[in-house]
Amino acid sequence: MSTTTSNESASRGRAPAGERIADWADGRLGIYSLAKSNMRKIFPDHWSFMLGEVCLYSFIIIILTGVYLTLFFHPSMNEVVYHGSYVPLQGQLMSEAFNSTVHISFDVRGGLLIRQIHHWAALVFLAGMFVHMMRVFFTGAFRKPREINWLFGFLLFVLGMFTGFTGYSLPDDLLSGTGVRFMEGAILSVPIVGTYLSFFLFGGEFPGGDFVARFYSIHILLLPGIMLGLVVGHLILVFYHKHTQFAGPGKTNNNVVGMPLLPVYMAKAGGFFFLVFGAIAAIAAVAQINPIWAMGPYRPDQVSTGAQPDWYMGFSEGLIRTMPGWEINVWGHTLVLGVFVPLVIFPLVLVAIAVYPFIESWVTGDKREHHILDRPRNAPTRTAFGAAWIAWYFVLLVGGGNDIWATHFHLSINAITWFVRIAFFVVPVLVFIATKRICLGLQRRDRDKVLHGRESGIIKRLPHGEFIEVHEPLSQEQLHTLTAHEQYKPAEIGPTVDENGVERKIKGSEKLRAKLSNAYYGEDNQIPKPTVEEYKEITSGHGHH
Amino acid sequence: MSSHDIPEENLPAEQDAEHGAVAVADEKNPFADPGLPPHEHRIQDIDERAAKRSERMVAMLFTVSMIATIGFIAAYVTIPNDRSIYVFPIGHLSAMNFALGLTLGVALFTIGAGAVHWARTLMSDVEVADERHPIEAPPEVKAKVLADFQDGAKESQIGRRPLIRNTMLGALALVPLSGLFLLRDLGTLPGTKLRHTMWSKGKLLVNMNTNQPMRPSDIATGSLTFAKPEGLEETNEDFQKQIAKAALMLVRLQPENIKDKKELEWSHEGIVAYSKICTHVGCPISLYEQQTHHVLCPCHQSTFDLSDGARVIFGPAGHALPQLRIGVNADGYLEALGDFEEPVGPAFWERG
Repeated sequence: MSTTTSNESASRGRAPAGERIADWADGRLGIYSLAKSNMRKIFPDHWSFMLGEVCLYSFIIIILTGVYLTLFFHPSMNEVVYHGSYVPLQGQLMSEAFNSTVHISFDVRGGLLIRQIHHWAALVFLAGMFVHMMRVFFTGAFRKPREINWLFGFLLFVLGMFTGFTGYSLPDDLLSGTGVRFMEGAILSVPIVGTYLSFFLFGGEFPGGDFVARFYSIHILLLPGIMLGLVVGHLILVFYHKHTQFAGPGKTNNNVVGMPLLPVYMAKAGGFFFLVFGAIAAIAAVAQINPIWAMGPYRPDQVSTGAQPDWYMGFSEGLIRTMPGWEINVWGHTLVLGVFVPLVIFPLVLVAIAVYPFIESWVTGDKREHHILDRPRNAPTRTAFGAAWIAWYFVLLVGGGNDIWATHFHLSINAITWFVRIAFFVVPVLVFIATKRICLGLQRRDRDKVLHGRESGIIKRLPHGEFIEVHEPLSQEQLHTLTAHEQYKPAEIGPTVDENGVERKIKGSEKLRAKLSNAYYGEDNQIPKPTVEEYKEITSGHGHH
Repeated sequence: MSSHDIPEENLPAEQDAEHGAVAVADEKNPFADPGLPPHEHRIQDIDERAAKRSERMVAMLFTVSMIATIGFIAAYVTIPNDRSIYVFPIGHLSAMNFALGLTLGVALFTIGAGAVHWARTLMSDVEVADERHPIEAPPEVKAKVLADFQDGAKESQIGRRPLIRNTMLGALALVPLSGLFLLRDLGTLPGTKLRHTMWSKGKLLVNMNTNQPMRPSDIATGSLTFAKPEGLEETNEDFQKQIAKAALMLVRLQPENIKDKKELEWSHEGIVAYSKICTHVGCPISLYEQQTHHVLCPCHQSTFDLSDGARVIFGPAGHALPQLRIGVNADGYLEALGDFEEPVGPAFWERG
């Protein structure tokens, strides 16, 4: 009743300070309404859901350490003579960029640590995004309504690659300069406009005196700015869609089962940030990364052996190393296929995985929302495609490190290169077939488990001397979990005649869709999950053996 | 019946006795969703002593973090920045980096470990279900929005006045052009810059290491010598730009081993001069195999045969390395007899 409440508040005196601050903020920002739907928001629990968190936290670490580095780094290519405390470089000519990076590493206390945390966090960030993306892919979490968030994540991965590349090019050391020169060569290969693009990027002839300053603004402002926006959008969508969950007792497509943000996930996720940061700091304490002082300043006429980009650029390196050096010269022009083809395939490799959700939704024709995750085995074609894509990626990584493979395993570099050239086409196909087989095998196993129970390991001797293994029936919870997934029926081409009996034209896209749908959900491409009738028929006989 | 009782009940022996063959509760649909399983208590939920232990553990972790931060500050002020220490099995490390990194790592990690331990052992772990609502708007909302939009569009009169609409679209389409023009001064135009290097007739070949002009006798058999054009000094403002094109490598071959006729003509006493810049994507070639006269680019492994016009024998490069015609001047020094006849480095559209 209103009178008693006003009495009570009067007797208590003023509200506590925290509440008064919250009231103040609510009157301006509406935080109570925001908190009503979000403070106790439910998040489901599964170890794989933390992969995205790793990315978020390493991104924050990168921003924090990156801001620190900008306080000391000079993005300039003016030549200076080194007079710092690292003796082997003293008296040497180098750009200010290189000079200031050496200064950070040797003369700023803790500067080396922050540099190494920054670089390690970048590697973790990219690796985390890769694995997170695979988690989302193999569990079908990209399905409606999350396709846009899939694209946000994909863009973050691609932009992360380029932010990383522009970042490690900044110190203007011998290794990264070689990478930039490679980039120049790749740009030159673009037909018609390549030389112009290169001259505009480098402010004239390579290397010029501009690219460090330009990469700097791209690395610290343009790309991270876009990425920050995408990260925020990504998170807003995660909150808005509510997190996906695996099938299980009590979990449906219309609910989300888990624990509330406040306090459990506040503590777990907040704590996890510190775990990630702590782990990366410890790595940076003991594992040296990018020792630019050992490589020396960049000189276009010098190079070290074993030159490798950071791992996430490795697959593009594989493309460039294994492509045969085709060049076509006609009418006074050169088409540099040996470099341009890899440059075109590079984005295509990435786009192949990015567009997959749209292809699958076209094949299934499914317009419903999906919040229950698939087990990878229950989507064999998707899983096989994803595995094939990873295999493709890794074949290219091998190609990108062909010299490392050759020296570490005493193999012929020519043999490795030829292996990669062939494997580029063959391995994804083999992996696709093998993965699909494995998925179907696992589906059969699930079917057996549901119908015949779990192998208990207990051997029983029957009165007439026969030995059998006792199978332990599953609980209803397990039965439900193993049979909760949906199985699509292959799409069929509709009636070939219309209602007037006139033959209608079947579009090529329709035929393709029916074919693909059959490849996904046809008879041999998924194992029918057990039905209740089958289950009853088999279990009813159990007591009478 | 709580969920952890089920497995025992379901053991084959008991089953026959108690339930016959029925393993599951729902007779009609054994696959039906049984609903959320009942909450299982953790030891901390039922034993206050265990809860206390957890509390102490969390507090200890947070305390370790505080100590580590103090350690960080102590390391920062006491350790000389140039001291190195040996850490088994990693090797020599910067003492400062090692100490700061580890203390910071521990300080951060224990905060995280404490928070997670707190959440896992003491905070409620009861799973609750929250409803989802369809994202699509209900039809009446959609109808309202569409109607509002049409009203708005109508009130703007954009449909009625195509003159406004078309000129606006034209203006918006044109205005980014200014931005495009502003990009023009990002760089000079290529012109023929990629076709020429600093080399010209009479320029001496200067040894990259000794900075001295070279006589033929300075080039030993089996070694790879790097050279630059005379007058190009490291201190020159455009040194990087010039050396990116002019870098040269010299090798002495037995004249009878030179298979390519033009190569032999352009050589001097078996000394051949080739561009050091790989024709693939511009890495400097730096590995030489004496026996086979092959050079290898360490970046992408393009391999060239220096005894046969530097043609590509393996790898992704598309064409041979350009050769520089060399001779000896009146004083007996090696000199260039002109510029490269074709562009050095990676191929490009106008190369032809």
